[in-house]
Amino acid sequence: MSDAILKIKNLKIEFKSGKETVQPIRGVNFELKKGETLGVVGESGSGKSVTSLAIMGLLPERTSKIVDGEINFKGNDITNLKEKQYRKIRGNEISMIFQEPMTSLNPVFTIGQQLSEPLRQHRNMSKKEIEKAVINVLNQVGIPRAEQIINEYPHQLSGGMRQRVMISLALLCEPDLMIADEPTTALDVTIQAQILELMKNIKQENDMSLLLITHDLGVVAEMCDRVVVMYAGEIVEVAEINELFNEPLHPYTRGLIDSMPTQNTRKERLYSIRGQVPRPNEITKGCVFANRCPLAFSKCFEETPPVFARDDHLSKCWLQNTKEGEVV
Amino acid sequence: MASSLPQGEQALGSVLKSKQKTKIGEFFSNLSRSWTGMLGFGIIMLLLFLSIFGPWITPYDPMHAEFSKGLLPPLTDGHLLGTDHLGRDIFSRIIMGARVSVIIGIATACIAGVIGTIVGIIAGYFRGWIDIVLMRLVDVQLSFPFIVLVLVINAIIGAGLRNIIISLAIGGWVIFARVIRSEVLALREKEFITSSIATGVSRLQILVKHILPNLFTPIIILASLQIGTYIIAEASISFLGFGVQPPTPAWGNMLNEGRDYIFSSWWLVTFPGIAIVITALGVNLFGDWLRDTLDPELKGE
Repeated sequence: MSDAILKIKNLKIEFKSGKETVQPIRGVNFELKKGETLGVVGESGSGKSVTSLAIMGLLPERTSKIVDGEINFKGNDITNLKEKQYRKIRGNEISMIFQEPMTSLNPVFTIGQQLSEPLRQHRNMSKKEIEKAVINVLNQVGIPRAEQIINEYPHQLSGGMRQRVMISLALLCEPDLMIADEPTTALDVTIQAQILELMKNIKQENDMSLLLITHDLGVVAEMCDRVVVMYAGEIVEVAEINELFNEPLHPYTRGLIDSMPTQNTRKERLYSIRGQVPRPNEITKGCVFANRCPLAFSKCFEETPPVFARDDHLSKCWLQNTKEGEVV
Repeated sequence: MASSLPQGEQALGSVLKSKQKTKIGEFFSNLSRSWTGMLGFGIIMLLLFLSIFGPWITPYDPMHAEFSKGLLPPLTDGHLLGTDHLGRDIFSRIIMGARVSVIIGIATACIAGVIGTIVGIIAGYFRGWIDIVLMRLVDVQLSFPFIVLVLVINAIIGAGLRNIIISLAIGGWVIFARVIRSEVLALREKEFITSSIATGVSRLQILVKHILPNLFTPIIILASLQIGTYIIAEASISFLGFGVQPPTPAWGNMLNEGRDYIFSSWWLVTFPGIAIVITALGVNLFGDWLRDTLDPELKGE
C-alpha cells in the first residue's frame, strides 16, 4: 500500500469546553490512494468535518487537540507540524473547498485579488504570470468571461459561479489532495450536478486525490471510488463503492441507504433511522450505534465491536463476527 | 466547459455589469433618495466650507473688539446677529467657531478611531487574557461619565486646542474598541477567513489583508456618528471654561461669555447654541444615513 497519499492512523481528537473534555473523533483509520476519490459519509455530528479540519491543521488551537494517532501525508506525519511548515502545505499540496460558497469569499476583494493570493503565497510569479494563471484556472472550471470576472466582486456572482471560483481557488497551486467539505450542499440540484461533473473532470485532468465529505449518498454514488462511513466519531464501515451499495454490512449503512428517496416510489413513508447521533459525552460501553440499531443484541450493548474484514470491506459490527475473522 | 453554463447566468452577468456605476455616482444617487441624508450632507459641506474659507467670508474681524458697539441686538449697524459684550460681531465669530468645531470633531475621531480600532482588533482577534484585560479596562472607563472624564483629563494636561483633542480622544476610544472588537469577533469566524487560512495565508496577513478592509465600513459609520458627540462635548467643556480659551472664537466659549447677559441680551447665547444644534443634527443625520446605506450591504454579502 505504498501508493497511499494520505494515511490516517488511529486518530483521536479531544475538544475542551470549560472543564469538560469530549472526544468527537475516537480512533479513525483510513487511507486515500493516489488518484482516488474517497467519500466520507455520515450524519451531522459524526465527525466528518472535524476530521477534514484536522487534516488541514485548522482545528482551533485553544479548544482542541489531537491526543493520539497520526495523519500521514506523502509519508510524513503532519500532526505535529509547526504553523509555518503547515502553511507551506495548505493551499499548495492540500487544498480545501468549503460548504458555503456565499460566505467563503471575502466581500471586499475582487475575484482576481482573492485568486492570486495562493499563488503569491506559494509561487514566485510576476503579476502578469499570476493573472494569466488565474484566468487559465477560471477557464478550466468553466467560468465564461474570465478576463472580466477577475475584476468583479463576489456579490456580483451567483452561487454556482462562486462555487466554481472556490474550486478554482483550490486548484490554483495544483495540489495533490483536494478536500471538499459538502461542496454542493448549498447549491440547487441542477447546479449541483454541474459542479460534481466539473470536480470529476478536474480531478482526472490534474491527477489529484479527492476526499469528498458529504451526507448525500447520491453524491457518493456519483463520484467516489471508495466510501468511509462515519458514525459518532468512529468509522463503522469502509467499502468499495459498488460493494457498499450492493451489500452494506453495517446496519447503519443499510439504514442510510434505505433512507434515500427513490424516484419511482412516492406513496410510502420514507425510512428513517430513529433517534440521533449520540453526543460525544453520551457514549458509554458497547457499540456506538447499538441504541439505534434495529438488529442489536445483548453483546452490542456490552462490548465494543472490533473491525471485521472481508477482503477490502471493513465493518465494525458484531453481526460480522460469525462469518469472518477479526482484525483489530 | 464554458458551454455547459446556462445562458441565463451569462446574461445576468452582463446586466450586472452595465448597471455598475462609479463609486461617487452611486454615493450621490443613494444620497438623493433620502432627504435627511441630503440635509445632513448639506450641513456638513457648509461647515467644511466655513471652516476652510471662514477668514475670507466674515463680514467683520471676529477678534476685533469695539467697546462702543457692545451688546448691539441683531440686525443693527450691519451686524446680522448682533455683537457681544466686547462689541465683536457674533456672525463672524460663529463662522470662525466652525473651524474649531470641525478640527476638534475630525481630529478626535481620527485619533480615537485609530487607538480604538487597534485595541479592538487585538482584543477581538487574539482573544484570551489580552482580550479580558483590554475589555475590563474599557468597562472601567465606560463606567465613568464621558464629560467628567474628559474634564478631569483636560484639567490635568491643561487647556488649549491640542489638549482638548487629546483629552476627548482619551475619553472616546473605548467606544471604537468595543464596536470594532465585536466586529472582529464576528469576522474571524467567517468562512472566508477559514478558507484563506486554508490557502496558506499567515495569521498576520489575514488580519491586515482580510479583516481590516472589512472593518472600514463600521469604522466610518461609527466615526461619523461620534463626531457629533465630540463637537457637543467640546462645546460643553469650553462652556465650563476649560478647553478652547478666549479670545479664540469657539461656540462653547461664546456660550460661556454670553452667560452673564442671558437675561438682558439673549442673542449672545442663542446663536452659538443654534450653531451647535444644527451641526450636531447635521452630523447625526448624515451618520444615520451612512449607517442605513452601508450596513445592509455589509450584512447582505
